[in-house]
Amino acid sequence: MNIVIMGCGRVGARLAGLLDIEGHSVTILDTDTYSFHRLPPEFAGTALAGDGMDEEALKKANVEKADAFIAVTDIDNHNIMAAQIAKHIFNVPKVVCRIYDPLRRELFSSLGIEALTPTTTFAQMLKDKIEGAEE
Amino acid sequence: MYIIIIGGGKVGFYLAKALLNEGHEILVIERDAIRTEFINNELGSVCIRGDGSEVTTLTEVGTGRANMFIAVTGDDDDNLVACQIAKHKFNVPRTIARISNPKNETIFKKLGIDVTVSSTNIILEDIEEEVPTHPLTHLLDIREKGLEVVEVKIPPKSPTIGKKVKELSLPQGSILTLIIRQQGKPKVPTADTVLQAEDQIIAVTTPETEETLRNMLRGI
Repeated sequence: MNIVIMGCGRVGARLAGLLDIEGHSVTILDTDTYSFHRLPPEFAGTALAGDGMDEEALKKANVEKADAFIAVTDIDNHNIMAAQIAKHIFNVPKVVCRIYDPLRRELFSSLGIEALTPTTTFAQMLKDKIEGAEE
Repeated sequence: MYIIIIGGGKVGFYLAKALLNEGHEILVIERDAIRTEFINNELGSVCIRGDGSEVTTLTEVGTGRANMFIAVTGDDDDNLVACQIAKHKFNVPRTIARISNPKNETIFKKLGIDVTVSSTNIILEDIEEEVPTHPLTHLLDIREKGLEVVEVKIPPKSPTIGKKVKELSLPQGSILTLIIRQQGKPKVPTADTVLQAEDQIIAVTTPETEETLRNMLRGI
């Protein structure tokens, strides 16, 4: 699969590495080229300096031919806007993004944007840990 | 009218001030505490501190009864998301977003924002008007019909000088509607009107044929 990832933070870089090992063709975008140091040394995909909310940058990343687009910058609105451009302008078949704010996630899910919310999942995991320790 | 403004920067502040003077009920949402205090000191209690793309904040300020929602922060993505929440969660009838990247205009339209205002384009158009050598100036966009009204000045050495309107190979969809001569007299051109140097022409064209029209009249 051709996969474009926006945001080369810890999650983005790790995901890029995982998909790359499995043989997918990965392009990762970040506005700060310094963040590419997080990519594993054996990463064989493409790392591109660019803003995933910008149409031109997305074209350079070949998003038109992408099978999947993943937006994982640490800013919710960046992810939401980029995901919508990928889905509605470039018609990428599979689009997933991260939205920290659960209420915002809820709304954009209803508008057809597939998103994960680490906030709720992680809070639940922490709660389980504490309660598990009590027993 | 109840109008909510997202972003209390210079644009948001002066917009709020102008709309208050017109007698509207205004609420500004601003992220920065110091800026919020400044606006409240200047305009009375019209500003609350908060994030305009947070559903809880928008619920608190009664977005459900707002007639208009205007997002004017400096970040296009924040303006987009705030307007989308206002539209889809609170059914605000009219949403207006400021955009900095002119390319986002079509994207925002497609994503359901009612009106976009591109500060970059507005400044650019104003500059174009002030530069006398610029051969083509935008005067008006008739967006829903896909047309625009432009002003073209015939450069002194253009090969179109001395030609009749009917001899010009105007691009499809372009019409010359008015000619303003040196003396300042406006004249509706006919097929036999002869073009002169320095003629100012008001033309209707489409965004796609604009470039062709420009090149044709400049004689490139």
